Amino acid sequence: MISDEQTILEVKDLKIHFKLHEGLLKAVDGVDLSLRKKETLGIVGESGSGKSVTTQSILRIIPQTAHLEGEIILRSEETGKNINLATLPMNGKEIRKIRGGEISMIFQEPMKAFSPVHTIGNQMMETVLLHRTKDKNEAKEIVLQSLREVGMSNPEQRFDEYPHQLSGGMRQRAMIAMALASNPAILIADEPTTALDVTLQAQVLELMNNLKEKTGTSIIFITHDLGVIAEMSDNVAVMYLGQVMEYTDVDTLFHGAKHPYTLALLKSMPSVGAAENKRLEAIEGNVPTPINLPKGCRFFSRCKLAQDGVCNVQDIPLVKIEDGHYVRCVLVDEKNRGGR
Amino acid sequence: MLNYIGHRLLQLIPLLIAISIIIFVIIQLPPGNYLTTYIQQLELSGTAVNQSEVLNLQHQYGLDQPVYVQYFIWMKNILFHWDFGNSFQWQEPVTKVIGDRIGLTMLIAIFSLIFTWVIAIPIGIYSAVRQYSIFDYIFTFIGYIGLAVPNFLIALVIVFYVFDHTGLAISGLFAPEYVGQPWSWGKIVSMLERIWVPVVIVGTAGTAGLIRTTRAMLLDELGKQYVITARAKGVAEKKLLFKYPIRLAINPLVSTIGWTLPALISGSAIVEIVLNLPTTGPVLLNALMNQDMYLAGSFLLILSVLTVIGTLISDILLAWIDPRIRFGGMEE
Ligand SMILES: Nc1ncnc2c1ncn2[C@@H]1O[C@H](COP(=O)(O)OP(=O)(O)O)[C@@H](O)[C@H]1O
Ligand SMILES: [Mg+2]
Repeated sequence: MISDEQTILEVKDLKIHFKLHEGLLKAVDGVDLSLRKKETLGIVGESGSGKSVTTQSILRIIPQTAHLEGEIILRSEETGKNINLATLPMNGKEIRKIRGGEISMIFQEPMKAFSPVHTIGNQMMETVLLHRTKDKNEAKEIVLQSLREVGMSNPEQRFDEYPHQLSGGMRQRAMIAMALASNPAILIADEPTTALDVTLQAQVLELMNNLKEKTGTSIIFITHDLGVIAEMSDNVAVMYLGQVMEYTDVDTLFHGAKHPYTLALLKSMPSVGAAENKRLEAIEGNVPTPINLPKGCRFFSRCKLAQDGVCNVQDIPLVKIEDGHYVRCVLVDEKNRGGR
Repeated sequence: MLNYIGHRLLQLIPLLIAISIIIFVIIQLPPGNYLTTYIQQLELSGTAVNQSEVLNLQHQYGLDQPVYVQYFIWMKNILFHWDFGNSFQWQEPVTKVIGDRIGLTMLIAIFSLIFTWVIAIPIGIYSAVRQYSIFDYIFTFIGYIGLAVPNFLIALVIVFYVFDHTGLAISGLFAPEYVGQPWSWGKIVSMLERIWVPVVIVGTAGTAGLIRTTRAMLLDELGKQYVITARAKGVAEKKLLFKYPIRLAINPLVSTIGWTLPALISGSAIVEIVLNLPTTGPVLLNALMNQDMYLAGSFLLILSVLTVIGTLISDILLAWIDPRIRFGGMEE
């Protein structure tokens, strides 16, 4: 994947394995990603693809029992130096400075993501006091300003309220406000709208896009919804069973995707524009648990084009087929080389 | 908050009335009453009892009245004269028989509760945070022993051990020279020297259970999303632990205070008999066996009221520390 001076985060050959009684669970198995300044990178894939584990490992907040391999290079804006987050001590001072400081994260369920017994203000102040200022009055100003920016009415009152006193949409706005209050260079959003109904979802997405314009924050946006990807991303990584299956810009994803998994995802997506009664095809079967997977393509067991003896012989590499377009599929690879 | 407390206090009134009726009915339930037991004893010892004397006694104790009249008289005297009736057995007002004992019982119960919390909660927290560490296993093992061994056995062992090593008989709550004496500084010191024995014994049993509960509650909280959020904000691990999951794990334990108190009081009866303590357990047992109805009834009533108050206090505490309860629960 391209990496230039605009790149601020680069993940190289990331592997995260959990030792379980049933065997070695390869939640993430050789993922490469790169994020450029002011870019939104979408990560899409069915539930269980390893999207959350990948992004949580960037902040090193996965369980200590996990085995982590690979590099996670952050080009720190503060120091101008490259830091390999993968080798920092767990819960040490350095990584804690980055968590919530240079890289913030928002989560799927805002109700569960806030402590129910502390006020919104208390929880937001915590971030600001850790990363922006030690002065309490100034911190409170920053928090209120941040609440205003996400469109909360009455920030002074919200400040003293508890999460259960806010509506679902307001809670997610508060979560975004908390993440942005520290002026992060990177915002990781792990399915931030999945728990919201459609109208709220649209509002929150719009808010995030507006804030991104204003602050220039780079975003990693995780979702299993291609519709959301279309609205949010510049580049997209399609993940399946701990690997990136296809990586491309958002236009190519919708108009020139090559990987059978991506195509299957696209077919299963309801499109608003299509007037004719196009049949939606759900991908057959379920995402298997990544324990003792057979050799070869991860998608083999569910792929309509799968060829025995071709796809399940060797692990498939992620191959560049055009500038900025990478695919992990032997069939596509052959077709392209075959001059089609 | 005041609103909430007032609301809870109002709810108590019908509850207390119901409790007092139930208690009165229960102590009336066994066939016969104190007099029949008493007459039987007189006859067994060869004393003839004539019919007019029996009627006389019945009248004197109010036993010839219908049950509900007896109940109202009892209640009226309690509410307006702080008179719980007389103990048939002791031939003295109930308040005099049990006044000190209730106080001492409460003292032991409260100390035991504090002892239990101070020991169990830190251990429970440690066991959860260092799950499957060697200490976790050791505490679990000790905890199970504590759960399995009966209290009175521990009591006997401690009394024997102390006596064997120091020659001091630590049964009872006071040194012999203070028994039956009015309260004095010396008596208090003497009590404090001995009270740890029942406190430790009664407390140990609860400790094992509370360690398990704390550990389980905290393990449950540790995996929750808000903990991950806090970690993702860069909060240091120790600070995070105390501010979020531990706080949330302890909240529900507060609500157990209400029913821990009566369990401590009744559960300690056997220990108190073994240790020969001037507390309520032995007297209650005796009163129930002899159908000394006002004594037994007053006892049960006072313990129930204390339980209700304990529950009220723990509910108020819980509302105070948990905004979700304070604001009338979830709005979704
Ligand atoms: N703490 C963990 N221990 C063991 N397995 C885990 C753990 N966290 C995630 N996994 C496994 O890793 C895989 C990827 O999970 P996840 O990243 O949550 O997927 P996604 O976010 O794409 O839905 C799943 O098979 C999941 O069961
Ligand atoms: Mg996920």
